[in-house]
Amino acid sequence: MNFFHFIGQNHAQVLELTLEHLWLVGWSTLFAIVIGIPLGIAIARHPASSKPVLTIANIIQTIPSLALFGFLLPVPWLGDRADRLAILALTLYALLPVIRSTYTGIRGVDPAVVEAGRGMGLTDSQLLFQVQLPLALSVILSGVRVAIVISVGLATIAAAIGAGGLGEFIFRGLAMVNNQLILAGAIPAALLALLADFSVGWLEKRLQPR
Amino acid sequence: MTDIAAVTELPLQDPQNSAHPCPELGYAGAHHMPPTPSERPAIEFVDVSYVAPGGQAVLSRLNLSARAGETLVLLGRSGSGKTTTLKLVNRLLLPSAGEVRVNGVPNSKGDVIRLRRSIGYVIQDVGLFPHFTVERNIGLVPAIKGWPQERIRLRISELLQMVGLDAALASRYPHQLSGGQRQRVGVARALAADPGILLMDEPFGALDPLTRAELQQEFLALQQRLRKTVVFVTHDLREALRLGSRIALMEAGRLVEVLAPKDFLRSNDPLVSAYVHAFEDRPERTGNRGTE
Repeated sequence: MNFFHFIGQNHAQVLELTLEHLWLVGWSTLFAIVIGIPLGIAIARHPASSKPVLTIANIIQTIPSLALFGFLLPVPWLGDRADRLAILALTLYALLPVIRSTYTGIRGVDPAVVEAGRGMGLTDSQLLFQVQLPLALSVILSGVRVAIVISVGLATIAAAIGAGGLGEFIFRGLAMVNNQLILAGAIPAALLALLADFSVGWLEKRLQPR
Repeated sequence: MTDIAAVTELPLQDPQNSAHPCPELGYAGAHHMPPTPSERPAIEFVDVSYVAPGGQAVLSRLNLSARAGETLVLLGRSGSGKTTTLKLVNRLLLPSAGEVRVNGVPNSKGDVIRLRRSIGYVIQDVGLFPHFTVERNIGLVPAIKGWPQERIRLRISELLQMVGLDAALASRYPHQLSGGQRQRVGVARALAADPGILLMDEPFGALDPLTRAELQQEFLALQQRLRKTVVFVTHDLREALRLGSRIALMEAGRLVEVLAPKDFLRSNDPLVSAYVHAFEDRPERTGNRGTE
């Protein structure tokens, strides 16, 4: 039984697990964006706070993923459903690239442009939304892109705590010493990562100022 | 009566033909000075000191005023406090002591955003918004002030013409312009909402000499028409003599003297004459003499 044969026979399950995978990655990326971009903006405005925030995000990044899933397991509401837990863990991992790229992007806007804007009488929010964010957008998106690619990979581990996703195939394959099963999880995951990378990259290019 | 008025309105001798008190420096007399400069100060610095966040005293007890409609040049070497002085006017910086008054009112009172929108600001690096077209750059302040679309459009084309830019450039992006064109857009943008005061921080400093001379010339013509209160920062004595109604020489955070251009060249103050001497060398005398 070759690999394509296997996919063909189990296409319903492959599709289901892929959708589960997307579910985990989608929510966690969304949360990472919703939390990370404002946080990145805040630390860009108050550089004194940038170090502690980035350090914490960095430390989270260094926790082995399997350990993090395990740590979170006993947390009351979260532990009830594995996907909640997986989404939280993935969000935590995705935060660092998003925060850091937002911070870098905003700090990287030409100081002359910011000074001119301020001198012209733009309010802080006008400066942010009309000048700093649009000019930082492509840098921010490059961080989001990294976050998504990391999440797609890490989400395979979420299967270890029963959160589903393409990791199911991989873990099952490992247990059964079945390479085809492993590949049935790994290849779609890799394709997802490539697809996400490509589409955000395309968006990044389209939204580039100038 | 009307005749006299007409004569006094008639300002200028041709700079080319007027007697040059100092031809070397291209000083053409105060030909652009308003005949009767208003004595009401538009900007006043009263005992203003500024200490930088690092603790370094940048300005010490500055007392200076700019009359309405004049071009006050702040001249001095790098680090003398010129730019700081300028930024105190639109509250990009706050004084550590003393008070800055704009049109008689301390600028610490009232809304900083409104203050800034009533003051045009031009900097050396121009700071055009790279993601906006020329017209959006120019029209931004009118737009956020809520002008109707049609009025903004008219104002933009008026301004483009005023600063000598082709109307076709309106839809270009800043990176598609030359340095001189960019600075013209910078000036147009500062003038957009018709502010009474214009702050200019070495606006022509990064331009090549020919473009700079061209823009200086146009600045004079424009200023003659518009009569804004201009505070102009430069370290270039020639530019100061050319453009200033009065020149305020600054050194190490202190004001040395405020003089009309013609008096500046005659001043006995050691710091003033040191500055003048530094500029006296002519290019042909300083050029490479190693060809004998």
